Amino acid sequence: MNLKPETIEKIDKLVPRYPTKRSSALPLCHLVQEDQGYLSNEAMEWIAERLELEPINIKEIVTFYPMLRTEPTGKYHVRVCRTLPCALAGAYKTCQRLEKELDVKVGHTREDGLVTLEFVECHADCGRAPVVMVGEEEYTDIDPDKAAEMAAKMKSGELSNGLPH
Amino acid sequence: MKHADEPGYTNDIDCYIKYGGYDELKKAVTMKPEDICAEVMESGVRGRGGAGFPAGMKWKFLDRKSGKPIYLVCNADESEPGTFKDRQIIHKDPHQLIEGMMISAFAIQAELAFIYIRGEFFQGYRILERAIEEAREKNLLGDNILGSGYSCDIIVHRGAGAYICGEETGLIESLEGNRANPRIKPPYFPAALGLYQCPTIVNNVETLCDVKHIIGMGGKEFAQIGTPGNTGTRTWCVSGHVMKPGYYEFACADITLGELIYDVCGGLRPGRKLKAVIPGGSSAKVLRGDERFTGKLKDGTEFDWGIEDIPMDFDSLMAAGSMSGSGGVIIMDDSTDIVEALANINYFYAHESCGQCTPCREGVPWMRKITQRMVDGEAREEDADLLNNIADQIAGRTICAFGEAASWPVQSFIAKFKDEFVEKAREQAARRKEGKAAAKETTLI
Amino acid sequence: MSENATSDLITINIDGKDVEVPKGINVIEAVKMAGKGKEVPHYCYHPKLSIAGNCRMCLVEMGMPMRDRATGEAVLDENGSQKVGWMPKPTIGCATNAAPGMHIKTGSPMVKESRNGVTEFLLINHPLDCPICDQAGECRLQEFSAEHGRGYSRFIEEKNVKPKRTRLGPRVTLDDERCILCSRCVRFSKEVADDDVLGFVDRGTYSTLTCYPGKELENNYSLNTVDICPVGALTSTDFRFKMRVWFLKRTNSICTESSVGSNTEIWSREGKIYRVTPRRNDAVNDTWMTDSGRALYKEVESEDRLTHYTIGGVHKTADEVAAGAVELLQQGDVAIVGSAHSSVEEQFYYKSIADSSGAKVSLVSHYAEGDGLLQSEDRTPNLRGALMTGLIDQLPDADLGSLARDIDSGAIKTLLVVNEDVAALGIAPDLLAKIKVIYVGTQTNDTAKDADLVIPSLMVFEKDGSFINQSFRLQKFKSAVPGPAGIQPDVMVLEKIAASLSGEQPAAVNLDQLWQRIATKIDAVPEAQTWRGIPDEGLALEPGTLVDLSFVETKNLKYDPVAFKEAQAAPAGA
Repeated sequence: MNLKPETIEKIDKLVPRYPTKRSSALPLCHLVQEDQGYLSNEAMEWIAERLELEPINIKEIVTFYPMLRTEPTGKYHVRVCRTLPCALAGAYKTCQRLEKELDVKVGHTREDGLVTLEFVECHADCGRAPVVMVGEEEYTDIDPDKAAEMAAKMKSGELSNGLPH
Repeated sequence: MKHADEPGYTNDIDCYIKYGGYDELKKAVTMKPEDICAEVMESGVRGRGGAGFPAGMKWKFLDRKSGKPIYLVCNADESEPGTFKDRQIIHKDPHQLIEGMMISAFAIQAELAFIYIRGEFFQGYRILERAIEEAREKNLLGDNILGSGYSCDIIVHRGAGAYICGEETGLIESLEGNRANPRIKPPYFPAALGLYQCPTIVNNVETLCDVKHIIGMGGKEFAQIGTPGNTGTRTWCVSGHVMKPGYYEFACADITLGELIYDVCGGLRPGRKLKAVIPGGSSAKVLRGDERFTGKLKDGTEFDWGIEDIPMDFDSLMAAGSMSGSGGVIIMDDSTDIVEALANINYFYAHESCGQCTPCREGVPWMRKITQRMVDGEAREEDADLLNNIADQIAGRTICAFGEAASWPVQSFIAKFKDEFVEKAREQAARRKEGKAAAKETTLI
Repeated sequence: MSENATSDLITINIDGKDVEVPKGINVIEAVKMAGKGKEVPHYCYHPKLSIAGNCRMCLVEMGMPMRDRATGEAVLDENGSQKVGWMPKPTIGCATNAAPGMHIKTGSPMVKESRNGVTEFLLINHPLDCPICDQAGECRLQEFSAEHGRGYSRFIEEKNVKPKRTRLGPRVTLDDERCILCSRCVRFSKEVADDDVLGFVDRGTYSTLTCYPGKELENNYSLNTVDICPVGALTSTDFRFKMRVWFLKRTNSICTESSVGSNTEIWSREGKIYRVTPRRNDAVNDTWMTDSGRALYKEVESEDRLTHYTIGGVHKTADEVAAGAVELLQQGDVAIVGSAHSSVEEQFYYKSIADSSGAKVSLVSHYAEGDGLLQSEDRTPNLRGALMTGLIDQLPDADLGSLARDIDSGAIKTLLVVNEDVAALGIAPDLLAKIKVIYVGTQTNDTAKDADLVIPSLMVFEKDGSFINQSFRLQKFKSAVPGPAGIQPDVMVLEKIAASLSGEQPAAVNLDQLWQRIATKIDAVPEAQTWRGIPDEGLALEPGTLVDLSFVETKNLKYDPVAFKEAQAAPAGA
């Protein structure tokens, strides 16, 4: 399991802060996912061993939380909010436009790995609906036209993929 | 929230202190913890996370005699659809939260405090981490705070996209590293058996910020704001079909729903009429735009309101048959297909159910399948009654309030808009007869 | 009994009648205690596991006596009795502990509706597998659907699809669609078997029971999850599709794997055993047993069963072989190799034979590592029986070295061997050839092959008898299936031998009468004890001085040697 030294350092600093080892399971999943892009079986087993747990304990939580993924995403991880306030503002039209412009079905990754498009639940910014997130960046008030602009920027590589370096 | 949107206000500690920040913490550490608790009790402040339970009473239930360490947890897992107020505090004025937390931690003599922040607030997480370090440097947090002898650290713990982590025992389970399955109460009341089976207080972001203000002005003063039983200010988050959606802070009962929609939020879109309002996040019962609300308030006074007349506070909205919940006001105008709106809401709850107990795990997805079938063109006239009956079988029978949260939208939508559900089935049958596709294109699901 | 129960009795009211129950007991147990066949239906609750409270089937209506909030005074109704404040929402019985004055309704409209609702919800995604599901006939979902279900379905949507008939472990098959997510198996694996290998993945209605890929449910207690699974999600691969349970006869027995003596049930039909399950005994094994113990029933049909009485390899009748044995034993210079697998009754006879023929008796120890649960270090079920009947007075050795020397020196002319392959235990075949060997046993081996007289023995499933387990508990077992054709129970043949040796007429063997004799021999057994009178949950005997022997058992699920010894030292009632 080759994690970056900074990740190992963060993990080693984090685990002792919690009263029990198991409490740091979810934060460790985040750190390893940020390092590797997703959580493979090897990653889950590594985390389990690090915390003296069984691999099933880690798999249980990884499959419970939607943000933790067991497969890599495309270069752009695009998430459109579909919950009622954003839907009222037209989120479904926004998503349809993104599907069309990016030539990918929602819930899938494009064949060439450029983009993964997903529907997600409320992002708690309903005042500026529709909300779209790319990586860790949030984009608000994305109507279909703005969505098309975003899509173009993704295809040209202009848009930041929203991941920290 | 008064400073957060002032031009030039930044979220670093120097700006916060410049505006008088941390004065209340300095005052609090000279007080006795029980006196702080008394102030909070006197203020009558109610939880702003959704349940509206008086914070002072929650703190009173804390088991201080067990000998086990006490924990304070800030519920920053803002996921109730329609709510986006905690986001503002975290991103724009994080020190207000930290100060409120440290005062609360001191009041309950917590050994350690946590902020459980939803995973999607990436920036918020970094802002909080930085704010905590700033506070630690100034000895406002960590060891021997301000020389008082009291030490308490804050750990920011990121969630990962589960709405059920907003439920206090689900949050505690998630913090412990398990699946976020809420616990049965009794016996697992957090005040007695919470985090690591130790006494724990879980409070919402806004509630903890209010603690700072309560110590600043005194519990009695705070109780003067708003009305008896509905004290302090609330930040209402308006979204949906209004011209100026956003978050707006008012003292309780200082504004009516009509004023909020038409005066503050610029009214509906041109040419549109008000069809429905969900006043407290999607879990709250829906109110019909043309409904008349009559009854008696807690103090005995009678009321007869149109939807615009309902005062925005805890008790009035409850008297009108809904609740103020998390303060997420969702406005729907007459362009909204009510069945689609309910289908959208049901999809959310079916997705977010943790799956632990039978009624929620099986019943909520069943409701989703029915509303999905209805918008897909196979609605039947009896589906409305079936949906209502299923919701009746879920509410009150589950481990946690998610059961009610998923049932109330269904029960209220059917109660108030049954005609639309029946009409949809008839319309689809008619279209099928004419040889047309039964399903029309949907916009909300 | 719930862990919180104490021995103080309090009064609660169930369906209008006052009942006395231990304080702190949960409502499900309280209603069971109240009797009259009333039951609170439940799936996830199990008396020996932690409370989960997730099936919501045990919902009952609860009320507490009303008190005025301000004064604390009781609120009375017009008849002068205290009003009961009923909770508006039902509460789960498994997590509600009895408190004085609590009122419970188990059949009110609210309760009926709740059960109706939960049953409907469980059935909507449940596959229509009853015709092919092994659980049929003992399925709680079937029973409670019939009793508390709506009777018709309102579900017209698509059911969830999950993995079916997967291998969860070498002995357990998992069908995820049938699983109702009660979490009994997960709690059992973690809390009792100490093998945290099961868990739920995914969320909500897609939650699925599974092991981590690459791991399996393979510990020696995996089949207990099959016992406790309320539906047919976890099934025994060995029993799969073999027999419908309503055809099976149930017989009480005792596991012979080790001195724990787990109480078991033998399920058989027309002389064939189909499976073995544990029987509840809170003093011995709770509701569990080992997988390896269950598998022992297969030996009944093993190829190398001894099936005929023989003398010199020639088939004889039982009487003829008994007479032949008596002849050899009367000549003196006899040694007996007894067995800790023999029942108390058989060991009583062997003692009588030893006394009559002046024989020296040795046993062989069969020790192995214990697992701290239900498989003790002593892999025989009745070593203490041999001690209490006086057959031996010391703990046995692992081999028969000293006996071999006696044979070698010519001191022994006849060897009576019970169920041990002495050829492999230090008595070389050429040594055996020098003497006469009477072999009593269930299966053939090198010793039996060359024995002069062979008396086939019945296995525990084929005869009546009793064992004394690690905590000196006398437990009886009944015969479930007949043995090989023509083979009599050991005690009948032994009666013929023992009686003739002591100059009496052999009589028909009646276990109750036999126990009259045993009771006089063993101090610890009550004078008037009959075999039939031994309770189904066993009878604890006083070990007396035997407790000071250095038994090999260490602490396991229900037995703590240190605590046991201390309890014997303290006089009763102190």
